[in-house]
Amino acid sequence: MPLIEVRALRKTYRSTVAVEHVDLDVHEGEIIGVLGPNGAGKTTTVECMAGLTRPDRGTVRLAGHVPWRDRRQVTGLLGVQLQSSGLQAKLTAREAVAMVAAFHDAPADPDELIERLGLGRVAGTRYAKLSGGQQQRLAIATALVGRPRVVILDELTTGLDPEARRETWELIRNVRGSGTTVVLVTHLMEEAQQLCDRITVLAGGRVVAEGTPDDVVARSASSTVMSFTAPAAVLPADVLAGLPGVRQVERRGARLEVAGTDDGVLAVLRVLQERQVEPAGLRVSATTLDEAYLALVRRPDTDTAPAMEEIS
Amino acid sequence: MTVPRTASPVADRRARPGRAVLAAETRLFLREPGSLFWIVAFPTILLVVLAFVPGFDEPSADYGGRSFLDAYVPTSCLLAAIMGGILAMPTVISAYREQHVLRRIATTPARAGHVLGVQVALHAAAVLLSMVLVLAVSRLAFGVALPDTLPAWLLAYVLAVVAVLGVGALISGTAPSVRASSTLGIVAFLPLMFTAGVWYPVSAMGGLLRDIVAATPTGAAALAMDRAQAGDWPSLLQVSVVAGWAVLLAVLAVRCFRWQ
Repeated sequence: MPLIEVRALRKTYRSTVAVEHVDLDVHEGEIIGVLGPNGAGKTTTVECMAGLTRPDRGTVRLAGHVPWRDRRQVTGLLGVQLQSSGLQAKLTAREAVAMVAAFHDAPADPDELIERLGLGRVAGTRYAKLSGGQQQRLAIATALVGRPRVVILDELTTGLDPEARRETWELIRNVRGSGTTVVLVTHLMEEAQQLCDRITVLAGGRVVAEGTPDDVVARSASSTVMSFTAPAAVLPADVLAGLPGVRQVERRGARLEVAGTDDGVLAVLRVLQERQVEPAGLRVSATTLDEAYLALVRRPDTDTAPAMEEIS
Repeated sequence: MTVPRTASPVADRRARPGRAVLAAETRLFLREPGSLFWIVAFPTILLVVLAFVPGFDEPSADYGGRSFLDAYVPTSCLLAAIMGGILAMPTVISAYREQHVLRRIATTPARAGHVLGVQVALHAAAVLLSMVLVLAVSRLAFGVALPDTLPAWLLAYVLAVVAVLGVGALISGTAPSVRASSTLGIVAFLPLMFTAGVWYPVSAMGGLLRDIVAATPTGAAALAMDRAQAGDWPSLLQVSVVAGWAVLLAVLAVRCFRWQ
């Protein structure tokens, strides 16, 4: 049985549908990534998991408990770092972590955790005086100090520089290594690829893809990109466009760029052979998760298509 | 169940969320010297300054044969409640909501209600401390007699504190932002000060003004405390008015509170 089970989740705010229909399983010990553009319903989904938001329809079970009803059991199992989670402005970093530690039966050592998150030097500094990155790391520390069974991290590394980002990833790997389940909401494909065992991509309040990062790339409509030189006279672009498995054909001068599945690539090669066209300078490369993701969230069938410029 | 070893456990012990919130909030409360000054020190300072005004310590027919200073003791005590309940507390609570502190706490085994309860309790404690200081200084330094009917005096005062904190809680619970909260605070601040007798003793007011002021929480409390100060039991009406306001405002504050 999954540790967290989300079924047919739906949540609307007045006339806006935040989550249309989401099913999601989180298994013990894995790092699962929840991806999607702004407005895709990621935060609402994890807020329902944390019990902060009560959905209009659907169910959530966290270790058998209903998050918004069984508060005592759920808050004991769960560590949360929210996108907009404040701490008291005049509380120092050490006091904040110690306060949350005292909420739990068997917490981690606050000082040790503060050191590990690189906050040792500012342990006596008040929350309001910390930099954005330090506040972010402090939020992570308070999420972990109760030694939760599941930790939900919403935009874990936003505001961190690349080095701090890598250190935080290492920390999350260690956290998982010791048995904690991690639910990670992120915009960053690199983060998902580096950390996540499985990802769920949301768009317009629905799940548009799920699986391992490699699965998601492989199953995307254009998992492979090939390019070669062939004069337009010999090979007009529309000859390839209709082939099974070919998603997009673009001509750039003498060079053709074809995006599609692995089968599409083979189909193109067959046509070239039949027409005896030599594909000069042939390059075939796998799509990155980035490209697969963009293809997924741009799909026209998600009619509440999210605004792409919002993706950061 | 697997327990992460992100860091070594301190030791297994029972969690005490309420106590941890109390400890942290008390520490934070002591980091607000401004609030502490206005609640705890200012009412006594005002009384001391007024005591040096010539004639204010002499008996006068205006105040039923007592001095202006005698009549001002209940007002100073009510002023402490207004400073705590209207000036100090709403800013803290509104900021906690605006900065998502309440939401953050709600994700832990502590409850956001703990934080609110502790905030109300801390401000109430500072107000009561201020009251003790006012009574002590006026008695020891200026020879103002302690209220003759102390239980009735305290009853009226505590009910007034509940009512004033209720106004503050209602403001912080309904104002959409810290800014709106302080604006509403000032709107409530001035009439409460006036009806508590800060500018002119309520007991010396007359006619329609007195009737109107007697219907307000601080006005009724000032009259009730004034009678208790002189050794009479306050009228049932005066106490009922303060008690009615206290219950009404406390219930409204709890029911109307917006968590986000």
